[in-house]
Amino acid sequence: MVGILQDQDRIFTNLYGLHDWGLEGAKARGAWNGTADIIAQTPEWICEQIKASGLRGRGGAGFSTGLKWTFMPKQESERPHYLVVNADESEPGACKDREILRNDPHLLIEGCLIACRAIRAHTAYIYVRGEYVHERERLQAAIRQAYEAKLVGPGNIHGWDCDIRVHHGGGAYICGDETALMESLEGKKGQPRLKPPFPAGAGIWGSPTTINNVESISVVGTILRRGATWFAGFGTEKSTGTKLFAASGHVNKPCVVEDAVGIPVKQLIEDHFGGVRGGWGNLKAVIPGGISVRMIPASECEDAVMTYEDLQARGSGLGTGTMIVMDKDADLVKAIARASYFYKHESCGQCTPCREGTGWMWRVMERMVTGEAEMSEIDLLLDVASQVEGHTICGLGDAAAWPIQGLFRHFRHEVEDRITQYRARPGVYAGAKVAAE
Amino acid sequence: MPIAKVDGVAVEFEPGMNVLQVAELAGKEIPRFCYHERLSIAGNCRMCLVEVKPGPPKPQASCALPAAENMEIFTDTPMVKKARHGVMEFLLINHPLDCPICDQGGECDLQDQAMGYGRDDSRYQENKRAVEEKYMGPLIKTVMTRCIQCTRCVRFITEVAGVPDIGLISRGEDVEITTYLDKAVNSELSANVIDLCPVGALTHKPWAFNYRPWELKKTETVDVMDALGSAIRVDSRGPAVLRVLPRVNDDVNEEWISDKTRYVVDGLSRQRLDRPYIRENGKLRPASWSEALDAVAARLKAASPDRVGVIAGDLQDAESMKAALDLFRGLGVQSTDCRQDGMALGAGPRESWLFNATIAGIEQADMVLLVGVNPRLEAPVLNARLRKRWLAGALRIGVIGEQADLTYSYDYLGAGAQTLSGLSRQRSDFVKALKEAKAPAIIVGAGALARADGAAVLKAAAGVAKSFGLQWNVLHSAASRVGGLDLGFVPGEGGKSAGELAAKGAADVLFLLGADELNLAQSDAFVVYLGTHGDAGAHRADVILPGAAYTEKNGIYVNTEGRVQLGARAVFPKGEAKEDWAILRALSERLGAKLPYDTLDQLRAKLFADHPSFGRIDYVADPASLSLDLAALGGAGEVSEEPFASPIKNFYLTNPIARASVTMAECAALASGAAKIAAE
Repeated sequence: MVGILQDQDRIFTNLYGLHDWGLEGAKARGAWNGTADIIAQTPEWICEQIKASGLRGRGGAGFSTGLKWTFMPKQESERPHYLVVNADESEPGACKDREILRNDPHLLIEGCLIACRAIRAHTAYIYVRGEYVHERERLQAAIRQAYEAKLVGPGNIHGWDCDIRVHHGGGAYICGDETALMESLEGKKGQPRLKPPFPAGAGIWGSPTTINNVESISVVGTILRRGATWFAGFGTEKSTGTKLFAASGHVNKPCVVEDAVGIPVKQLIEDHFGGVRGGWGNLKAVIPGGISVRMIPASECEDAVMTYEDLQARGSGLGTGTMIVMDKDADLVKAIARASYFYKHESCGQCTPCREGTGWMWRVMERMVTGEAEMSEIDLLLDVASQVEGHTICGLGDAAAWPIQGLFRHFRHEVEDRITQYRARPGVYAGAKVAAE
Repeated sequence: MPIAKVDGVAVEFEPGMNVLQVAELAGKEIPRFCYHERLSIAGNCRMCLVEVKPGPPKPQASCALPAAENMEIFTDTPMVKKARHGVMEFLLINHPLDCPICDQGGECDLQDQAMGYGRDDSRYQENKRAVEEKYMGPLIKTVMTRCIQCTRCVRFITEVAGVPDIGLISRGEDVEITTYLDKAVNSELSANVIDLCPVGALTHKPWAFNYRPWELKKTETVDVMDALGSAIRVDSRGPAVLRVLPRVNDDVNEEWISDKTRYVVDGLSRQRLDRPYIRENGKLRPASWSEALDAVAARLKAASPDRVGVIAGDLQDAESMKAALDLFRGLGVQSTDCRQDGMALGAGPRESWLFNATIAGIEQADMVLLVGVNPRLEAPVLNARLRKRWLAGALRIGVIGEQADLTYSYDYLGAGAQTLSGLSRQRSDFVKALKEAKAPAIIVGAGALARADGAAVLKAAAGVAKSFGLQWNVLHSAASRVGGLDLGFVPGEGGKSAGELAAKGAADVLFLLGADELNLAQSDAFVVYLGTHGDAGAHRADVILPGAAYTEKNGIYVNTEGRVQLGARAVFPKGEAKEDWAILRALSERLGAKLPYDTLDQLRAKLFADHPSFGRIDYVADPASLSLDLAALGGAGEVSEEPFASPIKNFYLTNPIARASVTMAECAALASGAAKIAAE
């Protein structure tokens, strides 16, 4: 068998776009089935079920989705509640939400309706990444179908008024941070807000707001149809359910696939992604959850499993579950230097450690690539990384520090070798040849 | 009150305080750059990080974190130290090491805090970032490479000043503070951003490279550029006043001052009258004091008292007005006036010409009716307070008069006195709300009262105030005005007003006490000018007696709310100039009507005895205890259809000091030029 998830347990049955993405196709695959019965339940019941299913936020932080919903006020005041779906999938390596947006959009729309009921909201905003033009068009078309079929919108057949609006972002990575996303949604410059206040207290336009990842919302309908215990039956106690995984980099068949949480890294790569280029023995390192988690070396990949707790114990994280696989041909230092450039480029510039630190780290990393550095600068770089980590308004500072920390944790010797080699190379100054003789 | 622990010490705090304030209560100083009590919280410098329990296992920005009951705050754990040292290092890596040539040196937050949290060397081997300079107008000099992006200036300009002219653009390490299109900041309060700037990115353009802060003698005094009496600090070196900075006075100016208050100082060293002059054959020639005083005395003796007029200017201290009043009333002169603009106030109780709500108290109002007043020009700091209240969402403002950009939205009710007298018959939404308001107020300005029909407008305004139950406030624009009215410096029995005195053949001798705003072209009187600057009064004068400017004398000023404040001398009068009261005292001796005081203290003693309100320094009456018979205000007559117009045509050129200032001239040119472009 390929992977550990049976076909009948898959939530995303049109992940590859082989079938009809539209309403008819989605209905044939089970979407919008019994939604009215779910909506008829109380918000508390929905939250309880989602909590019991153990669903954790699929955007990377892994916070319990059901618990997050319970943070919303129990009574609606004069300030309306809002659901915001974070479809600003900008993490390098991550490409899972896009498949949902373009191939199974009705699962997301149905999830929005149910989540709105759970948090007593009547409006949902879906913030789509700037570069996802086709995905946005597909999603918009699906929403139109749902409106026409009276599945959502005011006075729909499910009995819970719910407007769904799509907002197309400008293409900034930082707008994937929930508070920056809210700023952007309000039409302001995408800069993260200070927390507290948390979105559940004061989110968009100061109103209670819940922000969830596309995948977290899309699985809600199926979980409630098939039962929390079904979903909780997959994975481990702390990491339950099924999840979209993806691989990019040096695998033979890079793709997005749904499997149970808790699948071993090796099995995931071998079964679904066609194995590492040049065989398992050619593996060097895996960044398991999108670029902003620390990498794990090949030796640990043997027994690592894709759960929140196992990867955390290895100093990494499940993140978005979209791995970057690097074989022995990969220049890890260069790869991380490129990641550092990305963070430097995407820093919003609001708070000091990230604004100044990301640029500093990138510049040192660039010199490490060629080895044009002092040995002591490795510790300097790690110190700078620790000065950024945990001191910023949002998580971008942490995300910028972790890849570098992961690199040096496992591959410090490679950088040291480069520095040594660089220092041992023949000089390139005028008269160097004469001096060498 | 809830209790929190700061480094193990329990402190009580008021609910709503943030962790930074609680730590300060416990005597722990928290370093900060972006946080400022009077601005919104940005939390972006990350310098104020502290550790709190219960809380996440990472340091928290204390400025942005509300304190909670039983919270434990740690300000000097290793984690906190590492965080602060780290932030300081990041701030310094791209900050130029140009403190020796930086005007902020010596009063720079970054410099000070680098002493506490900085390293002695730099670990940063890369190239430093450089940022292009930005143009922000003739007042704000930029050295943007020094900027640490704390955004205090952005927040001040958008929140307090109310003009969205400064912003933060780009992202990451490329972020820049800019005026977007390199235009001058269009605010009367713009230079406060320089005080707020914690580094040398924004410095004073007119004073660039003129001084080091530690060389200056600091004198705490009050401002006379408008009638608010803002608290200022005058910094001088030797005989020169080099700069004016705001002091904190929550009752008046919080900690802001207008650009005119601040940059007028170069006017104090230009066009100065530093010796007496006498006009001979149409030309002024330098004279000695005794010559000049004799000439004045001879003219005054020869003239009949009812042919003598005395007019006090807008910047006069109360003592000199008191001395003038004592002297000339002693001679039987009844034509005395402190109202150059002819404002129809002065008869009636003191409350009729005061800003009774008090400047701080106007924040309690829920509706304000502005009548013939443009607070943005006549009292910019008060305008910022109105805006603050409006931003808080609880103030509705109506305007009768000019439709100007006041930095807040308002209901425009009409242009002139007709609207005012017909207001209670109006059926607008505003009038309905005004009837239901809990704490409504009216602010009347010179634009309404300084007109030929001023008395009738006053009656109409008082009538509106009475029928709607509005708190009565008059906003003056002259620093001396309330003091003058309190002294009774208005025409006595059969006396002529300032406007009447300026007419042809109205007087034989005109004594101008720093009065420069009158048009004396028609007057054929012998004009004596006691003042500081070669301005309108001096040009017309037959004898010039050089006096002292507000920075050169100890004096009492009464602001528009009736607050008596002491001004202090920072430097001595220029050249042979003397303090105004002393000149009048010397003149009195020559007239054989010696004034009964030889020192300023004796003069003040008499002032306090004759006018007890002057003895209550820094006191304002409780607005709640106000008892004013509004029905008795004003006089009969028809109101004209002419619209109200602000008396301030050019904010930067309202008095002789400002007109002598090069900086103010630049600002004025820019302001009028900008207006012209907008009109085209």
